[in-house]
Amino acid sequence: MNANANVSSSTSHYPAAPTAQRAETHTLSVLVDNEPGVLARVIGLFSGRGYNIESLTVSETEHQKHLSLITIVTTGTPMVLEQIKNQLERLVPIHRVVDMTLNGNSIERELAMVKVRGKGEHRVEALRLADAFRARVIDATTESFVFEITGKSDKIDQFVELMLPLGLVEVSRTGIAAIARGPEGM
Amino acid sequence: MTREMTGAEMVIEALADQGVQHIFGYPGGAVLPIYDAIFAQKKVQHVLVRHEQGAVHAAEGYARSTGKVGCVLVTSGPGATNAVTGLTDALCDSIPIVCITGQVPTHLIGNDAFQECDTVGITRPCTKHNYLVKRIEDLPRVLHEAFHIASSGRPGPVVVDIPKDIQFAKGLYSKPKDFPHTGYRPKLKGDMAKIKHAVDLMAHAKRPLFYTGGGIVNSGKAASDLLRELVKLTGFPITSTLMGLGAYPAADKQWLGMLGMHGTLEANMAMHDCDVMVCIGARFDDRITGRLDAFSPGSKKIHVDIDPSSINKNVHVDVPIIGDCAHVLEDMVRLWRTSAIHSDKKALGDWWKQIEKWRARKSLAYRPSNEVIKPQYAIERLYALTKDRDTYITTEVGQHQMWAAQFYGFQEPRRWMTSGGLGTMGYGLPSSVGVQMAHPKSLVIDIAGEASVLMTMQEISTAVQYRLPVKIFILNNQYMGMVRQWQELLHGGRYAESYTAALPDFVKLAEAYHAHGIRCEKPGDLDHAIKEMIGVDKPVLFDCVVDPAENCFPMIPSGRAHNEMLLGDAAVKLEDAITEEGKVMV
Repeated sequence: MNANANVSSSTSHYPAAPTAQRAETHTLSVLVDNEPGVLARVIGLFSGRGYNIESLTVSETEHQKHLSLITIVTTGTPMVLEQIKNQLERLVPIHRVVDMTLNGNSIERELAMVKVRGKGEHRVEALRLADAFRARVIDATTESFVFEITGKSDKIDQFVELMLPLGLVEVSRTGIAAIARGPEGM
Repeated sequence: MTREMTGAEMVIEALADQGVQHIFGYPGGAVLPIYDAIFAQKKVQHVLVRHEQGAVHAAEGYARSTGKVGCVLVTSGPGATNAVTGLTDALCDSIPIVCITGQVPTHLIGNDAFQECDTVGITRPCTKHNYLVKRIEDLPRVLHEAFHIASSGRPGPVVVDIPKDIQFAKGLYSKPKDFPHTGYRPKLKGDMAKIKHAVDLMAHAKRPLFYTGGGIVNSGKAASDLLRELVKLTGFPITSTLMGLGAYPAADKQWLGMLGMHGTLEANMAMHDCDVMVCIGARFDDRITGRLDAFSPGSKKIHVDIDPSSINKNVHVDVPIIGDCAHVLEDMVRLWRTSAIHSDKKALGDWWKQIEKWRARKSLAYRPSNEVIKPQYAIERLYALTKDRDTYITTEVGQHQMWAAQFYGFQEPRRWMTSGGLGTMGYGLPSSVGVQMAHPKSLVIDIAGEASVLMTMQEISTAVQYRLPVKIFILNNQYMGMVRQWQELLHGGRYAESYTAALPDFVKLAEAYHAHGIRCEKPGDLDHAIKEMIGVDKPVLFDCVVDPAENCFPMIPSGRAHNEMLLGDAAVKLEDAITEEGKVMV
């Protein structure tokens, strides 16, 4: 074929997007130096490389050593998840990245505060359901409650859904915190 | 020894302690205390560029040609933002750079002060690491850490942003003894079990191939020497990426030439058909792989890289080895020598016969001309007339860069400075300034295109000021040649904005800068003109007027695999070469 003839119907000089593998949801625990800008580095990495963040929690965990723990829930194909872990480990202030989902033996919890407004039967029903979900009342007026509920995310999802017809006003959730079972530390 | 000094003095002291002799920069309000400190000493020489982008590219050329860290000093705001292109370029090509930026005083940060920008925010994604120093006590540690991070592991640029009040503040300076970061420990030694597995695969390979990259050059001279030893021991063919040229001598018969989009037919076909691929210090970049689902479908892949995130990023590999190239190569050579492993001679002989058939297609061939200078011919003559000298080559980005990679034979590492990952037009001229600064007695040539070189042309003024006799060899085809080529091949010949209608007279431009200008338009005059260029002891702008319609071949068209290369019409036709069943060349 002559070199100067039409070579391709594609007009991009980049390879086509790979055919999609199945995306999985994983929880990553990221141990970092608690220094200015460290969260921006992590979030910038996710947005810059097009990774997803489903949930993110961050707090100092060891004050003496200036260490913080960031827990990130993310979705991606196995290849992307491996990239995320490797890219995170490349950042200088990051000490360790552990894929809690891959390790298989971890506990995940989330806390939510749920405000419900209502009177009469709705109010009684909300209180009854809260009791069944072991949610605590942490604020009350004659026409409202704020419940505190802790548990797995799907439990909180379910509770919030049940509150919807009973006068749900708003929800504040912490995002997921995770820790491995057993005696070993991270 | 601990001494009291100002932050600005600490900067100079730390540079001197790190062995820095040259720093490329441009002054401004927020770095004046540091310039004051430069003024007061003789240990570190400052090189005044004409634009901050040029400072970073010069430092890149300096770093890449010496193996040392390149240093940059710029002011806040526009000084920092102008440096961003260079920093990104250094990140993409893993070049160790420490860039010190001035910043407005700490109490004004966030206040939209004059020449303020969020330097650490802007440079976070385009540096390996960056710092904003808000306490004078942190400054000595941060400065030395910056050098450590820039030069260790996979090298890269590090920015240290220093507010003006910190430059004035007094504090105690001493050189820190060790590096306290516990999270940053690049792994040098490869996993021995994996290296054994790799060597075993290589020993049983029938169609093996080395595919190497810039990691070999970055790892140092030892890596390059060990690579040569391993290639000789095994008898395998070897190809390399653009960034890896020179790590293995181009004159050797086991060398297949560069691979990838504009690589040779034999290199790309060998990549496609090999059964064991030994990738060392390269990263399966999209210019290399072409169509991913058809990339070397039948091979076991071994990948040696110091950066774990390079492994399994684009291509799944069978034997990942995380470590420094020189360390891993040393283990491979030792295993090969001590355990009486031999290559499969018979299979290797057949493989080489196949490779010679591909080579016989002469994929780099072009139609010579007596009327007009062919750009390939220009590079061939430049190579012939400079190869016996102590020569360093830099390039801009585009067709001329690919022709330089194809036709200039690099025999040693660190002789080839080019913008690979980012593809920064305007890299070559400032880069050559940095190279010449580091190698004052050597011949430094920027193989340029007329469009690229105009992007950073002002740095010829720097070259003149410091009496740096860089040779700017412009392949002038009046087009952004690579853009024109893509428009010809993929956009129906609609040459939107790729022709430069008002080019300067480069000879007069050279004279305006007090440099030397040469124009050459005929192939017959070329040798004489090149000799004149080499002989002039000052910066030269060489306007080499070449065929404006020439395209760069061979080429892997978009969305195609390695075995679907497009050859120029001067290459040996398939039917004239020895054919192999099932291989259809486009």
